[in-house]
Amino acid sequence: MHYFNDPHALLQLLRAMRGGIVTTLTIFFATLLISIPLGMVVALLRMSRHKALRLPMSLYILVMRGTPLMLQLFAIYFAVPMLTPFHMDRLVATIVAFALNYAAYFAEIFRGGIESIPVGQYEACRVLGLSKVQTFSHIILPQVVKRVVLPVSNEVITLVKDTSLANVIAVAELFRAAKNEASRAATIEPLFVAGVIYLLMNGVVTIAFSRMNRALAYYKD
Amino acid sequence: MLQAKDIYKRFGESEVLKGVTLNVSRGEVVAIIGRSGSGKSTLLRCLNHLETVDAGSIAIDGQTMVENGPDGRAHYRPDKELRGLLLKMGLVFQDYNLFPHYSALQNVTAAQRMTLRRSPQEAEQRAMLLLEKVGLADKAGEYPCNLSGGQCQRVAIARALAMDPELLCFDEPTSALDPQLTQEVLSVIRQLAKEKRTMIVVTHEMNFARDVADRVIYMDGGRVVEDGAAQDVLGSARSEAIRQFAGEVGY
Repeated sequence: MHYFNDPHALLQLLRAMRGGIVTTLTIFFATLLISIPLGMVVALLRMSRHKALRLPMSLYILVMRGTPLMLQLFAIYFAVPMLTPFHMDRLVATIVAFALNYAAYFAEIFRGGIESIPVGQYEACRVLGLSKVQTFSHIILPQVVKRVVLPVSNEVITLVKDTSLANVIAVAELFRAAKNEASRAATIEPLFVAGVIYLLMNGVVTIAFSRMNRALAYYKD
Repeated sequence: MLQAKDIYKRFGESEVLKGVTLNVSRGEVVAIIGRSGSGKSTLLRCLNHLETVDAGSIAIDGQTMVENGPDGRAHYRPDKELRGLLLKMGLVFQDYNLFPHYSALQNVTAAQRMTLRRSPQEAEQRAMLLLEKVGLADKAGEYPCNLSGGQCQRVAIARALAMDPELLCFDEPTSALDPQLTQEVLSVIRQLAKEKRTMIVVTHEMNFARDVADRVIYMDGGRVVEDGAAQDVLGSARSEAIRQFAGEVGY
């Protein structure tokens, strides 16, 4: 147990993995920042009255949820530059793939949340003269947020761990950094250190979501 | 005040309204009674445009909301004009439909601010007056989940009144309440009737209909079967149809 009982060696390992941690956090926050609003847009289009909007969204969700995220990473990093004039940096390709993938999951969570709001809420808004935008932003959305916190927290916790998949297209994130250190020092211990770091990150995520849950407990449905 | 003429409405195979005509004058309280499925709630929802009619005309304050086109089918006014006309009407639902994430006060101020563009101070002042009127000034800060059904319904009445409707509709406002809570809601409606508010009340409360309504309408099978002064329709000289219906609801 080299690293776990030698603070100096551990510090050195952490220093070596610092870049990886930053990259992991970058993937994590960028993915959330893009996929949550994108997921809401996809959810709304998926519920559209028009088939021409609804069907492509169903297909998009099916493909994103129905194929491995690892494959999607390869597809966006390797296939897109072959088929189109766009070439993406590894990190950018990772963020694009993660954002597209997670948006599909968030879309289904948001759709479930929106559809669970009783029709009476919309009718009350109508007889009170609220516009569609006011109805959604002031009455429906705040109630949806409360209802989706739990399933969203599940996805966010999964995302922390999924960032390690980026190492398949050689993005220098935390898992890859730990793997490099492991082969350099000829021990798998750095991977366990990485494991503890993922766990700490998810500890923070868990605390953040339970705070949010408490803040939304001012009313019951 | 309100003229609805020859309203037809079908849901798929079943025709729910088969040519209903209803006129309400200013200051009048009209009770609509009838069995479940007689079309009374659907009629109210059509008046408030929660359902669209298939044929017929509705006018409020002499302004047409919908009328038959040359094809014999109902044609509505453009949305923008329609919205203005619909604001002349308020609707209180059977299951209140309060906004659960808003306090009682916020429930009453929200639409004043969003629809009528009243200032926060003005909306709040108005809301407090109305909450006082329905006996809930002390509950202004409570959320609907902490209020009883009767209290929720009274907040919902205050919320509807805050929009200054010229005509207030009630869709079975006490059907979700037990007898004691029913009385507190009915006494609020009674108070509004004393103030000469124009109201249409769909209800199962026969005593209430007899005491408070100026006119009682009995619907059956999507048609208006009786329409007359409360004492005539529900009094001792009531018809065989009413007699039978009254027996069913234990009146």
